[in-house]
Amino acid sequence: MWSLQKIANTIHEWLNTTFNSTIATTIEMVIAGVAVITLFALLGLVLVLMERRVAAWMQIRLGPNRVGPQGLLQSMADTIKLLVKEGLTPNGADKFLFNLAPFIAMIVAMLLMAPIAFAKDFQLWDLNIGVLYISSVSSIMVISILMAGWSSNNKYSLMGAMRSGAQIVSYELSAGLAILTIIVPIGSLQFSEIVQSQVNGWWIFKGHIPAIIAFVIFMIAVTAETNRAPFDLAEAESELTAGFHTEYSGMKFALFFLSEYVNVFIVCAVGATLFLGGWMPFHIGHWESFNHMMDYIPSSVWFFGKTFALIFLIMWFRWTFPRLRIDQLLNLEWKYLLPISMFNLLLMTALAILGWYF
Amino acid sequence: MLNEELKAAIADLLPEAVLIDGGEWVNVKVDASEWLAFAKQLRLEPALNFNFLFCLTCIDWKTHLTMVYHLSSTQYRHNMVVKVDLDANKPEVESVSSIWRTAEFHEREVYELFGVNFLNHPDLRLLILPDGWEGKNPLRKDFEDPINMIKL
Amino acid sequence: MVEALGSTQEGNLIINVGPQHPATHGVLHLVITLNGETIVHVEPHLGYIHRSIEKMCESLTYRQFIYVTSRMDYLSSHINNHACALTVEKGMQIEVPARAQVIRILMDELTRIASHELWWGAMAMDLGAFTPFFHAFRERESINDIMEETCGARLTMNYIVPGGVMQDIHPNFQNRVKAFLKMYKSKIHEYDEMVTGNIIFQNRMKNIGVLSAEDAISYGCTGPTARGSGVSSDIRKIYPYEIYNQLDFDEVLEHGGDSFSRYMVRIREMQESIKIIEQLIDHIPEGDFQAKTKAVLKLPKGEFYTRVETARGELGVYIVSEGGTTPYRIKFRSPGFSNLSVLNHIARGSKLGDLVAMMGTLDLVIPDIDR
Repeated sequence: MWSLQKIANTIHEWLNTTFNSTIATTIEMVIAGVAVITLFALLGLVLVLMERRVAAWMQIRLGPNRVGPQGLLQSMADTIKLLVKEGLTPNGADKFLFNLAPFIAMIVAMLLMAPIAFAKDFQLWDLNIGVLYISSVSSIMVISILMAGWSSNNKYSLMGAMRSGAQIVSYELSAGLAILTIIVPIGSLQFSEIVQSQVNGWWIFKGHIPAIIAFVIFMIAVTAETNRAPFDLAEAESELTAGFHTEYSGMKFALFFLSEYVNVFIVCAVGATLFLGGWMPFHIGHWESFNHMMDYIPSSVWFFGKTFALIFLIMWFRWTFPRLRIDQLLNLEWKYLLPISMFNLLLMTALAILGWYF
Repeated sequence: MLNEELKAAIADLLPEAVLIDGGEWVNVKVDASEWLAFAKQLRLEPALNFNFLFCLTCIDWKTHLTMVYHLSSTQYRHNMVVKVDLDANKPEVESVSSIWRTAEFHEREVYELFGVNFLNHPDLRLLILPDGWEGKNPLRKDFEDPINMIKL
Repeated sequence: MVEALGSTQEGNLIINVGPQHPATHGVLHLVITLNGETIVHVEPHLGYIHRSIEKMCESLTYRQFIYVTSRMDYLSSHINNHACALTVEKGMQIEVPARAQVIRILMDELTRIASHELWWGAMAMDLGAFTPFFHAFRERESINDIMEETCGARLTMNYIVPGGVMQDIHPNFQNRVKAFLKMYKSKIHEYDEMVTGNIIFQNRMKNIGVLSAEDAISYGCTGPTARGSGVSSDIRKIYPYEIYNQLDFDEVLEHGGDSFSRYMVRIREMQESIKIIEQLIDHIPEGDFQAKTKAVLKLPKGEFYTRVETARGELGVYIVSEGGTTPYRIKFRSPGFSNLSVLNHIARGSKLGDLVAMMGTLDLVIPDIDR
């Protein structure tokens, strides 16, 4: 059967037979890099279009439907517009940091793609601390936002950046604890093993109550971490015009914009991997024939299907909820989510020791 | 309170006040020097309780300016109009913003549009006109806009 | 240029919100002194859209000046026109035909609903929820269509003339309004589901920007802003004009004084307007839509003051006439101007995010403030 894994293997074999192993590895790295950049751009385009269509659907209007068939080329046209626009740097800005910030945002988003398992045996780098890697690298995101806010020399930007700093640092705790809750019964941080452990059922079903609590907390925390509504205080356009990227224009703005969407994709991919089985098809206990049927659907379809379902959920939040205030946002994290997730972690540990999960 | 009763009550409070006939409401003309004390009485007198200053403006009569205060009571629902004549060259009157806080904004508006100087106003600065506005006050009759949209 | 009060204190940050800012819905300029996220002082700077309508009206005749007033509070332009026409009719003692009176009230109430619809959408957008705006516009558009059919315009209707209305209603008018009422009633529950009942929304609104009844009166607040503090201020009830005293509707009062109370007043007021329209739509009397008036209107010497209830509060029109064809002095007591003055009082000590919510519940329309 046609699969991403086979293509990867074919390329790998062909390269190794044609060149010596050093050159083959180098070429493979270049291919991987290009693939990540392409995926980055592609995801940006697809997600922006998806967001606009989802928003339009919820807001009883049509959304982009003029450029290309069904408006599919709309975000392409927007990108071209942003590319040819002048990227202004304000006079009072710290020019070096101002220009560096969007690239850090983009690099972080790209680095995060490394350990994601996109399909069966199709992964850039299956490192043994994959989940830890994701949580630590995604923290660097806040530096780019603070950098952008500070170097813009704009009060709105600074306030947006400060809000974002407080927000991301706080919500990382809950996100981390929610992830840990699932890691406890698995006993591994490696993505391939996490997926493999769900061969007989996804963790959201196997871990029942604590897993469901962890899933809800995880979704709330990652929405906050990616600065999406209702936690979009860093941008908060009705308060701070555009928050930390007020002064950015052209492609520099687009990089922030794209990295936001790619971050959403990545946190949803992590969520899908941890709770919904990643590329693992939907299996029910001993229904052999049903499980076989499910196996016929390619693993990449499963992975992207789950991820996009979660992305849709996050978009749904954005277009229905009003924004929280900064003190309510921090209260929610420190007074509610953090204690609950700590307790939840204990509960899951107890369940794991007693073996009370399926 | 009906207009007749109001007139009697006002005559009691301030005998010097001049009642003007006409109009649907009681019209009283007081001297600029007496206005603040009279205003306090109107506000604090329990039977009158004029707690709502719903309109404050000025009229330029070329020879003099007239401040017009429209007062109302949310308790008794009676209304009255107080007028204070001011000198056109040096218009000055006590601010009533300590009695009705809405006067603070309205007096700032009158200050810049008519040039009336409100004494003891907490924050008498330009509100509408651009900072550093010099020249005549726009709503005075002798103000002639160099670009008059209507006469163009 | 900017020297705000309280700015001298160490560590305070002064930011300019506006004249171009998404939250001010127009060219309002607020100079805000912040201590961290907490507001120390708010100072409005006005005049960015001041057209000096009062001065302009001094050289316009009593037929012409009505149309300028549509540009004051453009969301309730019909009610502005109404107030001006009432003043002229009061001065000249013109008897308005019953048909015209009913048509005027119908239009007033439709305008009020349209204005509150826009407010509701914009208010939710200030709080970061975008979707309600489009839902509000679905209803608002159908009102605008009704207006367009009869008045020929969607926003600045200019439909009222001294003595009545400019022309008779469109033959479709009654059917369209009934269809609108039906549609509106089937959709009204969405408002509660989407915004009013939302826990985030309630947390953002309750106990925020509390305005006591005494302060509301002292600051000259009117309309929903005052009624949210429990101050009875509906001109339609207190000093009824046209045939409002014959209609069955309630003055909406809420006693919380916070942003949520002001919000609820407007939401409930839409229902009251619906009630008024339902009472009148089938009972538009036959007859003239305009009284016979002279071609040139001349107000007798004297002073005339009319107050009406616009969507934002009490609009006063004060005309000083010298007996000519143009007013000697005209003053518009606009509701927004007084309502804005309360902003610093209620915003002090709250967070920056709340300021936006408070400005939303004050329902500021900048051309109304600046005139």
